[in-house]
Amino acid sequence: MRLLLVLVKPLPLTVIKKILNKTIEGVLMLSSTITTLTVLLIVLFLFKEGVSVFKESPLDGDNVIVLNNQNDVNHLSAADIKKIFDQETTNWKLVGGANDSILLFTFNDLSNYFSEEELGPEFEYLPHKMDSLIEANPGMIAVFSKKYLDKNHKSKVATIDNISPKTFLLGKEWFPTANPAVQLGVLPLILGTLYVSIVAILIALPIGLATAIYIAEVAHPKIRAIYKPVIELLAGIPSVVYGFFGLIVIVPLIQKIFDLPVGESGLAGAIVLAIMALPTIITVTEDALRNTPRAMKEASLALGATQWQTIYKVVIPYSASGISAAAILGIGRAIGETMAVLMVTGNAAVMPHSLLEPLRTIPATIAAELGEAPANGIHYKALFGLGCILFIITMVINIWVETISKRRVNR
Amino acid sequence: MYKIESKNVNLHYGSFHALKGINMAIEKNTVTALIGPSGCGKSTFLRLFNRMNDLIDGVKIEGECLIDGKDIYSKSIKIDDLRKRVGMVFQKPNPFPKSVFENVAYGLRVNGITHKNFIEERVEVCLKQAALWDEVKDKLKKSAMALSGGQQQRLCIARALAIEPSVLLMDEPASALDPISTAKIEELIYDLKNLYTIIIVTHNMQQAGRVSDSTAFFYLGELVEFDSTKKIFTNPTDVRTQNYITGRFG
Ligand SMILES: Nc1ncnc2c1ncn2[C@@H]1O[C@H](COP(=O)(O)OP(=O)(O)OP(=O)(O)O)[C@@H](O)[C@H]1O
Ligand SMILES: [Mg+2]
Repeated sequence: MRLLLVLVKPLPLTVIKKILNKTIEGVLMLSSTITTLTVLLIVLFLFKEGVSVFKESPLDGDNVIVLNNQNDVNHLSAADIKKIFDQETTNWKLVGGANDSILLFTFNDLSNYFSEEELGPEFEYLPHKMDSLIEANPGMIAVFSKKYLDKNHKSKVATIDNISPKTFLLGKEWFPTANPAVQLGVLPLILGTLYVSIVAILIALPIGLATAIYIAEVAHPKIRAIYKPVIELLAGIPSVVYGFFGLIVIVPLIQKIFDLPVGESGLAGAIVLAIMALPTIITVTEDALRNTPRAMKEASLALGATQWQTIYKVVIPYSASGISAAAILGIGRAIGETMAVLMVTGNAAVMPHSLLEPLRTIPATIAAELGEAPANGIHYKALFGLGCILFIITMVINIWVETISKRRVNR
Repeated sequence: MYKIESKNVNLHYGSFHALKGINMAIEKNTVTALIGPSGCGKSTFLRLFNRMNDLIDGVKIEGECLIDGKDIYSKSIKIDDLRKRVGMVFQKPNPFPKSVFENVAYGLRVNGITHKNFIEERVEVCLKQAALWDEVKDKLKKSAMALSGGQQQRLCIARALAIEPSVLLMDEPASALDPISTAKIEELIYDLKNLYTIIIVTHNMQQAGRVSDSTAFFYLGELVEFDSTKKIFTNPTDVRTQNYITGRFG
């Protein structure tokens, strides 16, 4: 009887509280787990798509490259193929064959060799004709669809390298829609991104730091009350607007100052990016500076340090981690920025030799080309590969800046 | 000539009248204790003499503050020079997040002293004066933040001594310390009297009695009574002083 009574007694308040606490704990844990998993999944997805580019052949569609059986050359790279079909390479000895000139054949040339009757109404005789044609011309290289390859062909099919990480990363030519073999060298895009971002941050960091110091430590409170909201407002302006500003003001200015044929250039991109990164850098740095405890500043001033000595020796070291966070955010914004850069850099996917030439960044490339790249095609996968590279660059920079600022604080 | 003088000083924080017509004159090489209930203006008065109040927005100061007979608020005085002559120890220990050595060397370095041996000597002397040398001599390169609260406070004293000021302002330097550290600091104050003129804010009546030569009692922004410590604690003139030191209010 007594036992039953104990069981029937309502739950005490402490138990309810405990359950409530557990539930809240569970919800918090769940949401953070989901967030983390989502991020991981995104990264995983990006890399899965990106890495799959390395299983692809640079040849367009299901084409094959066919050579005369006597030809010493068995193997061609994507770059070789492009040079041959651009008629830059005109002799087999340049690609490791005999001294013999190269004879190109594409389907556009079909009518020069055969009449329609010879090929038959459904092109049923074409495979055989092609085979004989190639066998008759020792220097011939032909590109056509696999289905026109004769079943018992005497001519030989050249082997083509798949896209390798090395040619992808170090290749200097980016022609993702070239025919018959696409050129997927992303070095110009990586360099374009790095140049523009580094110069942007070199411009933005000192200016941002100086402005933040002025606002946090020097300016009269009334001036700060005006500056701070204005700068915060700048951070909210959409990047297209910065792009227009760059296009209308900075591009013509650069063209005039350096006397260039076009003003769209890496420098224009860097300046626009610097302006865009400034509000973030200033706001974050200023917050960090103002977080320096009053006691630290007073300690320094009370020892006879001047205001500048105090800023330099106490306030800045104290806010080092905040300042590096500002730098990371600024760099992140610069490296990832797409629209404004697309508008002012001139968009030429060539190796950048100077900042005064047009160039192209990774995000701009992705944004400009993703729409026209057929889904799951090689071009599409290559763009995902670019995304992976961007991700890695940003991460390396984050880790690097983090270690630098840690070292500074520990000293 | 008095070492430190304040003549009819009024201080306003915005519209709040924090110091009301303070007159005080302090002899060289003496210890003066400032006592009074919380919020009566002791810290504010102390901070007049190294112009720390200047940092606060909306402060208005009238009257004259003299050190060695010179008005420290006159245009011809450079504030950082003044602060080199008037050292300060704060209520809460506030060492820099640097090494023990660099904390003490800070004042020398901002004074443009770069001579390595001189700095090393000075650091050792000051740490010894602050009765801290034996405890930290093996960890001079370690962060000052790793010291105990009492050690940090003595470090801050050593830091203030390094630039050899002639006046030392101490705002409740022992309020966060255990009795042993407090005793060490009191001893230190006694020793330092030969070299410095010291003003110390304290809430501890016994401490004021032990370390000071004269005592000033503040109440609601007024200087109620200023006399020799002995007189204040045995035979105060004002009834408010009497009530305060016997613990009847405040
Ligand atoms: N920065 C400031 N702005 C406005 N009022 C202030 C400021 N600092 C101090 N006050 C006011 O001035 C009065 C005196 O302050 P002060 O710090 O000098 O008191 P105190 O005697 O040192 O008190 P305690 O013993 O608690 O340290 C207080 O009423 C305080 O509210
Ligand atoms: Mg106080």
